[in-house]
Amino acid sequence: MKGKSKLIGLVLAALVATGAAAAPVKIAVIMPSATTDAAFSQSMWGALLSVQKELGGEAAISLKYTENMWNVPDAAAAIRDYASSGFDIVIAHGSQYGSSIQEIAKDFPKVTFAWGTDVNTYGLPNVYAYTAAAEQGGYVNGVLAAKLSKSKKIGVTGPIEVGDAKTYIDGFVQGVQSVDKTIVISKTWTGSFSDVALMTAAAQTHIASGADALTGSSQSVVGSIGAAKGKGGVLWFGTQADQAGLAPELVVASQVYDWTGMLKDILAKRKAGKLGGVAYTLTLDNAGLKVAYNPAYKLAAAVKAAGDAAISGISKGTIKVNP
Amino acid sequence: MKRPELDWGKIALNVLLPVAGVIAALCVGAVMLLALKVNPITAYSALFNGAMGSTFGLTQTLVKATPLLLVGSGICIAFRANVINIGGEGQIIVGALMGAWVPLTFHYWPGWALIPATCVMGFLAGAAWGFIPGILKARLRVNEILSTIMMNAIALQLMNLLLQGPLMDPEGIARGTFLAQSAQLPKQAWLARLLPPTLLHSGAIIAVVLALLAYILLWKTTIGYSIRAVGLNPSASRYSGIRVPFYEALSLTLAGGFSGLAGAIEVIGVQHRLMDGLTSGYGFTGIVAALLGGLHPLGLIPASVVFGGLLVGADKMQRAVQVPSSLVTAILGIIVLFVSGAALWSRRWSAKRLARQRLGGGA
Amino acid sequence: MKGLLSWNVLSGILNTMIGLATPFLFAALGETFAQTAGVVNLGVDGIMLLSAFAAFYVTLSSGSLALGLLAALLVGLAMGLLMSFVSVTLKAEQGVSGIGLYMFGLGMSSLLFKVLIGTVKTVDGFKPIAIPLLSNLPFVGPILFRANILTYCAFLLVPASWWLLEKTNLGLKLKAVGQNPAAADSVGISVSRVRYLAVCMGAVLAGAAGASLSIAQLNLFQDNLTAGQGFIAVALVYFGGWRPVGVLAGALLFSVANSFQLWVQVLGVKVPSSLAVMLPYVLTILALTVTANRARQPAALNKPFERGES
Repeated sequence: MKGKSKLIGLVLAALVATGAAAAPVKIAVIMPSATTDAAFSQSMWGALLSVQKELGGEAAISLKYTENMWNVPDAAAAIRDYASSGFDIVIAHGSQYGSSIQEIAKDFPKVTFAWGTDVNTYGLPNVYAYTAAAEQGGYVNGVLAAKLSKSKKIGVTGPIEVGDAKTYIDGFVQGVQSVDKTIVISKTWTGSFSDVALMTAAAQTHIASGADALTGSSQSVVGSIGAAKGKGGVLWFGTQADQAGLAPELVVASQVYDWTGMLKDILAKRKAGKLGGVAYTLTLDNAGLKVAYNPAYKLAAAVKAAGDAAISGISKGTIKVNP
Repeated sequence: MKRPELDWGKIALNVLLPVAGVIAALCVGAVMLLALKVNPITAYSALFNGAMGSTFGLTQTLVKATPLLLVGSGICIAFRANVINIGGEGQIIVGALMGAWVPLTFHYWPGWALIPATCVMGFLAGAAWGFIPGILKARLRVNEILSTIMMNAIALQLMNLLLQGPLMDPEGIARGTFLAQSAQLPKQAWLARLLPPTLLHSGAIIAVVLALLAYILLWKTTIGYSIRAVGLNPSASRYSGIRVPFYEALSLTLAGGFSGLAGAIEVIGVQHRLMDGLTSGYGFTGIVAALLGGLHPLGLIPASVVFGGLLVGADKMQRAVQVPSSLVTAILGIIVLFVSGAALWSRRWSAKRLARQRLGGGA
Repeated sequence: MKGLLSWNVLSGILNTMIGLATPFLFAALGETFAQTAGVVNLGVDGIMLLSAFAAFYVTLSSGSLALGLLAALLVGLAMGLLMSFVSVTLKAEQGVSGIGLYMFGLGMSSLLFKVLIGTVKTVDGFKPIAIPLLSNLPFVGPILFRANILTYCAFLLVPASWWLLEKTNLGLKLKAVGQNPAAADSVGISVSRVRYLAVCMGAVLAGAAGASLSIAQLNLFQDNLTAGQGFIAVALVYFGGWRPVGVLAGALLFSVANSFQLWVQVLGVKVPSSLAVMLPYVLTILALTVTANRARQPAALNKPFERGES
């Protein structure tokens, strides 16, 4: 069946062009890491699968992916190839793909492009942009961590100080400081998005220095969670995906990126004839970001109340978090 | 070893063996595809069509071949001196740093000055990154495998440092996205696109010229003669008065320069800004391309196109039949194993030839 | 800076060092055998990756750490046979065939991870074992004698490798084949058999290195889990000058530099993190230039053996 997909794609493209048939919406996504990374790429691939399921399965939406596109020209080739072979929506899931989208989208006015994380649609009518205000959930995690830390030492393990790894952590620091300015926050950067072993060692170092609450970003933080797992009494705060499953006894809460609302909105807008031109920002207010409390962790009611207060404060705009 | 005559039998063998190796590896890949319940014929026709079946695919293949040809030419030079340069990744990175820094700093220069200056600086930066392992090997006998591995990591962190600081795109800082990329380069620094809207750029021509220069250097100059002599037989070279450490260091420096140039050209030709993930493993795949080309710059020109096509086609195959990208990496690995193994018959054959003709040396 | 000089920090640095050094020791000591016999195996990282996956997957599905470890060693052996076949029997250019082996291991491990597991999971790995009495020693006790079984094995492997290389007939053969294969051949030693053995021993140990990551230290698997540690291990063989003690020194130096730079970051010393991360790499090169290690490289290193060639 897969073998014929190219042929079918061509036929479908012809049909869509003449507007003759109600074929499934064809969506392709290009991602920088693997669909199994338990972080950025998996959050998008998971969202696409759940939207597909919700809106009627493969009869309604057909999905294709290209993963591990660290190299931007390779990604650009994939984007152009999908756009020229009859796909309706091409999602470039990486902020490094911006220039490619800007260049390619002009050549395919009938195709909808969506890319993130960024807020720039380049003024093009067929480009959607999306981003996540990672600092917001970071702030909430920070408030929770500050309330729960007994040693008044908190450790942060990051990859490289860029992108949403940076904005999340900046938000986290603001959250901690809103509770207690005397808490010591130390940060380590491993200089790599994939070095799990060094990330583990970094977390061990934080714990040895007396930190009893940890957080971090990137697909390699699973190593940090593993390090915290071995020690009693150390807590973990997650981001990008719900990390409670990796260590139910110590994950307090995770900030979860939920792209489904945005994806459904893009699908609806496209159906109504609007091919692009909108920039989405996932926030706590529009439910694109969620703070998922881990049900297996017994969170004190007062602390949860503080977390909820931070969520509603950020949603209402009474608490300002700087990216 | 003076003027090797054109030996068509050997050339044919050197073409046929890698091809046979690739085909054998693709057969193993077919078994893996079957295990994933994918029709190998569909997959491989997608691979072929993706690489060669359209103007776009073909230009994309040439875009990929460009850095492979540059890095590979440098690898050939190093290999001829019996030096293994696995520092390509780091050398590409420092070249790319120059590729971004020079145009961003001298953004008021006209293109005719800026592009050559950027290329030269890229070459020099890569050469410096190759010179350090070279001089360490020459003076202190520090093994080049050790030092080039370390230099790769150092270059990567250097790029991280600059992308988190002075080179970070001011627009990304203003918008609060803090992306790991530099600002876009001024337009006059971009290499000309040869066939818009495809990405094919004039860097491809530069790469071919450089490969020819590498050939001339290796086979038409005394420096090249000495480099090859050192590689073939260091102790004999030493007795005949060739400064072995000097030529080992020189070959590493030149190899670094070629890789550095590849990095600079990737930036001004394709990406137009410095970005994370830019080397794309060319430092390693360049070695593979060099092997396919028989460690000869002229053989490398078609070999880099074939290997570039393989990479481009593999991406297309991933899209067409939705196999994980890691399958492609695994198949490429098998190709390398088979092709490097197949070289046995080439050597056997030329050894026989040699014995028969009783000629000393040869290329 | 003053924070760096406390006992707590020092013991923290050394403790992390021991853990980080474990996979390097396995892989680098293994590579020492291969190189002593004249074969450069650049594919160590690929072997580690595929073995790490095998160990993790078998442990996850069977619940048995021993079976997981066995699977890693067997995968290492299989990869070793593949490498020997290409490099010894087919006499391939070793620098290139190793890269092929690396790409194969990298691709295969990610592929199997995606097909068989699908997302990041964790297992309960080998637990630390406190050695009675010794583990209660002040300062050194917690650092050295509360490690997991694989870490103990890795460190015991140092004297074992020394003994094997210096005191046994096999060690003698490995060296003979690496120094002068023609001479070894003329006295009846099968060069290719010894090289097969050496490469396979090395690969099995690389398999142990992979297992020590996925089921003892990190207790999970992910794409490219090793992040290039196998290449560092190869570099450490040169650092150690083909001597187990030298390899130990290199592994400890690299690891201690890494755990030191993490402490520098944790204690908030004002240094850009990228420079801190660079430290182990710079230090390894510097250490070698200062000590100017003029170790004798196996004369036939990286040279395939063909009978009748000088």
